[in-house]
Amino acid sequence: MSYTNALHDEAHHHDNPTGWRRWLFSTNHKDIGTLYLLFALTMLFMGGASAMLIRAELFQPGIQLLDPDLYNNLVTNHALLMIFGAVMPAAAGLANWMIPLMIGAPDMALPRMNNLSFWILPAAGTMLILSFVVPFFPGGGSQINTGWTLYPPLSVQVGMSMDFLIFAIHLLGISSVLASINIIVTLLNMRAPGMTLMQMPIFCWTWLVTAFLLILVVPVLAGGVTMLLFDRHFGTSFFDAAGGGDPVLFQHLFWFFGHPEVYVLLLPSIGVLSHIIPTFARKPLFGYKSMVGAMIAVGTIGMVVWAHHQYTIGMSLGAVSYFMIGTIIISIPVGLMIFNFIATMWRGAMTFETPMLFAVAIILMFTFGGLSGVMLAVVPADMQYHDSMFVVAHFHYVLMPGAVFGLFAGVFYWLPKWTGHMYDERLGKIFFWINVTGFNLTFFPQHFLGLAGMPRRIIDYNVMFTEFNAISSVGAMIFGFSHLLLLYIIIKTIRGGEPATNRVWEGAKGLEWEVASPPPFHTWETPPLIRQEQTS
Amino acid sequence: MNSEVRVRNKRRTIWLLSLLVLGMFGFGFALVPLYDVLCQITGIQSVSLRSAGEIANPASEQEDSRLITIKFDTSVHPNLPWDFSPVERNLQVHPGKLYQVDFAARNRSSETVTGQAIPSVAPWQATAFLNKLECFCFNQQTLAGRQSVDMPLRFMISPELPQEIRSLTLSYSLMKLENAPPEPNKREKG
Repeated sequence: MSYTNALHDEAHHHDNPTGWRRWLFSTNHKDIGTLYLLFALTMLFMGGASAMLIRAELFQPGIQLLDPDLYNNLVTNHALLMIFGAVMPAAAGLANWMIPLMIGAPDMALPRMNNLSFWILPAAGTMLILSFVVPFFPGGGSQINTGWTLYPPLSVQVGMSMDFLIFAIHLLGISSVLASINIIVTLLNMRAPGMTLMQMPIFCWTWLVTAFLLILVVPVLAGGVTMLLFDRHFGTSFFDAAGGGDPVLFQHLFWFFGHPEVYVLLLPSIGVLSHIIPTFARKPLFGYKSMVGAMIAVGTIGMVVWAHHQYTIGMSLGAVSYFMIGTIIISIPVGLMIFNFIATMWRGAMTFETPMLFAVAIILMFTFGGLSGVMLAVVPADMQYHDSMFVVAHFHYVLMPGAVFGLFAGVFYWLPKWTGHMYDERLGKIFFWINVTGFNLTFFPQHFLGLAGMPRRIIDYNVMFTEFNAISSVGAMIFGFSHLLLLYIIIKTIRGGEPATNRVWEGAKGLEWEVASPPPFHTWETPPLIRQEQTS
Repeated sequence: MNSEVRVRNKRRTIWLLSLLVLGMFGFGFALVPLYDVLCQITGIQSVSLRSAGEIANPASEQEDSRLITIKFDTSVHPNLPWDFSPVERNLQVHPGKLYQVDFAARNRSSETVTGQAIPSVAPWQATAFLNKLECFCFNQQTLAGRQSVDMPLRFMISPELPQEIRSLTLSYSLMKLENAPPEPNKREKG
């Protein structure tokens, strides 16, 4: 019996249950990918709502809508919902949908574990939301006013909502570690015969690096929050100076996870761009090998520069110099990726459909965010910018284009493949322009606010900051509500529209475009023959 | 490639990755002791290093006209039923001159309890220039039930204190010693 038949059996274990069983017991990578994406979309709206509440409060100086603890709770909640609830599951959803199609595999390597790693998420999401809601009930304790970094000693002192949060982080961590193991096993063992690692589509490479990063750093965060839990309830003193511990140790544990996490959010979107730009420039990706090298370099160096988030804790000159130089060095491989994208577009026959519009905007705005990142990496400058709105502006300029817009671009790019219908191109373009305008209106003024000295994570501000904050808040409302249009476009495309061809985009290359749109429930039961030009 | 080889390869990858996950979880905890070692090598400061204040000789120190603000701060570990606070929170001092301040301690419980104070100085760059001649933190302190004492600290700031440091904070963390060891141990966990 050939292995094709063995895998064929594996894929048919469940006789395609229908109704709710189809989703709850699903072992099909396409269904699980869809679930991931829907979960991420839900969380995007919840995280967006908390962000808009924050901006509504900051519209005017003084305290109007929220009280300080609730404000800080919203800041914490917004960050965690967006990072763990929206961006990571959305990227995992794209991985689930696309990786088996791209490498010619019938499904993920471990379909049941795939089911588990998704279905942990709704439980984790519920815990996360409970951690926000619990303080509103009698006996619920104080609000989580620490921000997403959860620094002790404050995080040891807040009420029981912190315990919900700690367990939510444990669950989210288990989910992403399982998903990462699954993705690595799939990529290393399930490629179509003849496809070498260096012939894999670049999106698969980005996910291979991302999954390894997750496996290396998420357990360290899990360890850190476990110590926090022990300090809170079991009388240990890992972070309590009065018992011989050190609160700064938590910062190291947190940022050992937190900095590579930034690349976890960024890399899948870089992978999406590496498919979109060649498609719409109608040229192969410039410098495939250098992209792979750059990615591995970013991942490796990114693991050892975490303390640039902590310049102000009083490290020695030698230590801060090392972290400064390491951080600035990362801009070299990242710059290489950007130049590769530009070189791909150079003299290409470009057209500007919605995914390409996002791609071009991402290159511009992400570069901008990267440059303000280099400013922040410089120690003497950072002493000034630390904990100011400048930092907020910087990381939204890297995370929004670098992660979220990349995922939007990917959704527009692959939505016709998933649903079999073309999305409304006119509405897509309108969404792009409103979205990007709103984004820049929100976050560009925050650079000036930060440089002028407005601190972050504080509910009130000096009246001298009023104008820029008002502009920023108006932008945030435009930006926030524009996502209703995204929701409408997605629903409209799912329900119907112009039928999409198999190739969907005239310039699209790769195995995923060889299957029908929408793809049948089972694809690549017979592995495809790899010819050189399909993967280049 | 047949199916058995494929399954075996898959299984091997899964095991290796699971070991990596467990290893990294352990690494997080290994960082607790490693952190101190790392701090000593690289100069990233940690509490246990900062607390290593010096006992210096007061001779040959010249007084200088600078006025340095020194603030006193205390925190008590929840397992120690004591009140502990400085009699004076702020003091203006001249470098090179000897001062004495008192810290008031009271045992709230009715049992005899032994505690140990651990000092730390902020900014840490000033640590070497704060010389303690007599300090309750050199020894364990034992208080009988309901007993109150004033614990003295005699200190001097060295005139070699860098010019840019105009104020510093001396902070004491007090914790319980369960079965008091013969020697004061700086990193004893509560």
